[in-house]
Amino acid sequence: MSDIYDIAVVGGGIMGSGAALRLAEGGMRVVLLEQGDIGQGASGVNAGTLSLQIKRVKLMPYALRGHQEWKRMGAEVDYRETGGYTLAFTDREADLLHERMTMKQEAGAPISFISPNEVAVREPGLCRKVVAASRCPSDGFANSSLTGRYYRHRLKAANIDVREHCSVAEIHRDEPGFTLQTSTGPVHARRLLLACGGWLKQAAGMIGLDLPVRARVNTVSVTERGPRLVSSVIGHATGLLTLKQKGNGTVLIGGGWQGLGQPGEGGNRGRVDAESVLPNLRLARYAVPGLKELRIVRSWTGFEANVPDFYPLAGAAPGVEGAFLLGCVRGGYTIGPFISKLMGDFILGRETELPLFDPARDFTKEIQL
Amino acid sequence: MAEQQTAIIDVLVVGAGPAGATVAIEAASAGRSVIIIDEQKAAGGQVWRAKSPAILSAPPTPESRAGDDLRQRLSTSEAVCLFDHRVWQIQPVDDGWMVALTGSKGPKTITAQTVVLATGAQERIFPVPGWTLPGVIGLAAATALMKGQMILPGQRVAVAGVGPLLPFVAHEIHRQGGEVAFVADLNGFADWSKRIPQMLRRPDLALRGAGWLARLRAAGIPLLYRHGIRNITGDGKVERVEVGPVDDQWKPADTKATRSFDVDAVCLGHGLAPATEATRMLNCRHHHDPALGGWHVTTDDLGRTSIAGIYACGDGAGILGAAAAPVRGRNTALAVLADLTDKARPPHSSATGNLRSVSAFGRAMTSLAIPRDGILDQITPETIVCRCEGLTRADVEAGITSGGISPNALKSDTRCGMGPCGGRFCQETAAMLTARLTGRRVEDIGLPTGRPPLRPLAIEVVASDFDYDELPIPAPAPL
Repeated sequence: MSDIYDIAVVGGGIMGSGAALRLAEGGMRVVLLEQGDIGQGASGVNAGTLSLQIKRVKLMPYALRGHQEWKRMGAEVDYRETGGYTLAFTDREADLLHERMTMKQEAGAPISFISPNEVAVREPGLCRKVVAASRCPSDGFANSSLTGRYYRHRLKAANIDVREHCSVAEIHRDEPGFTLQTSTGPVHARRLLLACGGWLKQAAGMIGLDLPVRARVNTVSVTERGPRLVSSVIGHATGLLTLKQKGNGTVLIGGGWQGLGQPGEGGNRGRVDAESVLPNLRLARYAVPGLKELRIVRSWTGFEANVPDFYPLAGAAPGVEGAFLLGCVRGGYTIGPFISKLMGDFILGRETELPLFDPARDFTKEIQL
Repeated sequence: MAEQQTAIIDVLVVGAGPAGATVAIEAASAGRSVIIIDEQKAAGGQVWRAKSPAILSAPPTPESRAGDDLRQRLSTSEAVCLFDHRVWQIQPVDDGWMVALTGSKGPKTITAQTVVLATGAQERIFPVPGWTLPGVIGLAAATALMKGQMILPGQRVAVAGVGPLLPFVAHEIHRQGGEVAFVADLNGFADWSKRIPQMLRRPDLALRGAGWLARLRAAGIPLLYRHGIRNITGDGKVERVEVGPVDDQWKPADTKATRSFDVDAVCLGHGLAPATEATRMLNCRHHHDPALGGWHVTTDDLGRTSIAGIYACGDGAGILGAAAAPVRGRNTALAVLADLTDKARPPHSSATGNLRSVSAFGRAMTSLAIPRDGILDQITPETIVCRCEGLTRADVEAGITSGGISPNALKSDTRCGMGPCGGRFCQETAAMLTARLTGRRVEDIGLPTGRPPLRPLAIEVVASDFDYDELPIPAPAPL
C-alpha cells in the first residue's frame, strides 16, 4: 500500500529531523510529525552553547563529533567557534574546576587551564575576581533560533513528508506496524521513532511504556543590543552560567536555572520563575560588569528531558517490535546532529560509529559504554 | 535582594486607567486588601491622563475632570497605589499569583489571591515608506505628549491614518499654536457618516468632534478623506511627505493625483489594539474580533479569563473606549469579590450598567479603524516592517515563503518581533502579510508565545545589589 510509510518519526527537533534525514538518505520513506513548528521546542529555545567544558565525561566522544557536525552546518545556523572560558570566583569553585576539567581533558576535550591575568587580557570585559579559569578553543555557539529554518529546508530538500502542527493522540500496533491517530488524520507506518524531547514520556505511554522521564525547565534570557562586552563563550565552574554575545550585540544568558511547569501542564514551553531568573542575571552581572548598562528584553524556558542517570535514551523501545526511542541527551543541542545520525544508522540495520544508549537499561546503575 | 512582601493580599490590579482604578476602588471599599500598580506617575491611563505639574494651569477638559475625580476617589480609598512601578512577571504560586515588579527601590514581589489586568490598548501603526525617520510619531503618542506636557510633535505637522484621534490631534496641534499641513484619513466621508447614529448616542462627544472638524476647516487646513501617506522623506529627519488617494480597501490608487507637503513631523496612527502581552504570557485564551480591535483575551461578561484568579477589563479585554471602562471595572470588581467569597463555587454575578449603551460610541470608533487589506499595498518591499530589527517587507515575506508561517516560527527564522518592542509594532503587519501569502485569515494565524519581562528589564535595577556569597547555588550537574 502506497500510504504506508517505512517509518513515522514523532518530533521535529534536532533529534527527529536529524534521524529522518539519515533514514531518508538510507532509502526509507519517512513521515515526520511535529505538534508545533519544526525546531521550536528545546532545539530552538536553548541558549545555543556549544561547549565541551560543560559536557559530561562519558559523552565527550559524542560531543566532539557533534561539534564537527555544527561546524559543517556553519553559517546557516550562525555557527561561531569563538573559544570559551570557564571561571571560578572562589577557592572552592577553583577546586571543582580543576577536578572536572581534568577529567574532561582526559576524555579528549582540548581544555587547558589559564591564569586569571591571561583571562583579563583576553576578555577585558570580565570582572577581576577570577581566581582560576579553563579554556577550550573549540567552544562556541550557534543560533538556536535558526534550528527550525535549517532543518525545514533540509527536510524539504530530502522530500520527507513533514507535517507541522500535527499532534499525535494515540498509537496502535497493527499490521504491518503502527497506526498513529493525529490531529490531521491517521498515519500508517511500518516503524516508529519517538524523538519528541520533553514529551517522550507521554508518547512512550501510547505504546505501553512507562519511562522515568522528567523534564528540566531551563531558562534563558537575552538583552537588547549593546557594545562589545565579551567575545567568547563564558561559563562558570558550577555550570550555573553560560553567557555569550552574538554578532548583533545581544547577550544571551543561561546556565540551567529552573523555571516552572512540565510538558502537558498547559502552555507548551514552561514558564519563567522570577525567583530563579534574578540570581541567574546577578551571576551574569557579577561576571560581566558591563551588563549593568543593558536591559533584558526576553526570558524564556524550554523543556530538557532526562532519565535518572542523565544519559541518553537511544535505541530500540523495550518490548515493542519496530519502535525506537531517541532523547534525553544531556547536551542534546551539541550532540543531537551526531547521535541522530547514529540512530538512523541503527534503524537502517547498519553498524553505528559509537555505541547507542539502550533504553532497557537499569537507570539506577552506572552506565557501561 | 528583592524586597518581599509577606502577607498575601486579596486583589492586585495592573494598570490604573479608568477600568483598573475602578476595580481597586470598589474592591477596597468592600474591605478587601488591594494594591494597584501603574507605570505612570498617577492614575488615569491614556485618556484620563494626569497633566504634568508644569502645565496644571492648562484649561480643564471633560477627560481631565473625569481623571481628577478618579484620582481623588482612588487616593481616598484604602487601595495601596504603586505608581512609577512596572510589572515584569506574573506566575502561579500555591496560594495565588506572585507578581514581580520594579520601582525606584529595585525589584519587589507581591503575592495576591487574584490579579486583575487592566493594561489597556496599544497604538497600531502600519508601516509606510519613511515611517522610521525621526519626526514620525504615533497619533496616541502625540496625544499623550500634548495632554500630559503640552509639547507639540512639530511646528508644521502632517496628521494621517484612521480613527477619531485624527481630528483630535490635528485640532490640538492647531489650538496649541502649531501648523497642520493636512489631515489625511484613509476612511471616506461615507465611512464616518454611516456611524452617525451610533455617535449620536454620545451627543457631547459627537458635538466636540464636529467642532474640531469645523475649526480645522475654518482654518483652511486640507481635510483629505480617503487619502493616505505614500512616503515620508528627509535627510535624517522628516522633511517632506507625499499623500495620495486610496480606494475603499485603503489601497493606494491613482498615482498621478499625489501631492507633496513640506513638514517637520508626521503624526501617524491606525487605531488601537488591545495589549495582550500579560495575558499571552499567562497562557489565557484569546480570540480575534476585528470590531473589538483584533486579538484580545477572552473573558466572560464580568472579566473572568480562562484562568481562575486572573481577570481582565478595560480596553485590554477588547477596545470599547474610555466611557465603557469604569462600567467594565465595576463588573470585574463584582466577579472578583464574589469569587473571593466563595472560591469553590463562583456565584453567578450579573453585570451592572448598560455596557452596550456606554460603549456604542467606542465601538463605532473602533470599527472605523478595522484594518482593510489594501493597507498592505502602501508598504513597498524596501519599507521597514520590524523596526527594532531593521527588517523590510521583503525580508519578512522571504521568511514566510520559506516556511515561517506561524508567528513563533517567523520570529525565530527572521527575528521579526524579537527586539525591545516585543512585536508591538510589527506583529499585526506580519500576520496580515502571512495571511495574504498563505491564503488564510488573520484569525487563523494566531499569536506568538508571550514571554516576560512585560517591559524591558534594566539589569542595573534587578541585578546590581547582590553579595556573591548569598547567591543560591544549586548542586552542580552530574559529571
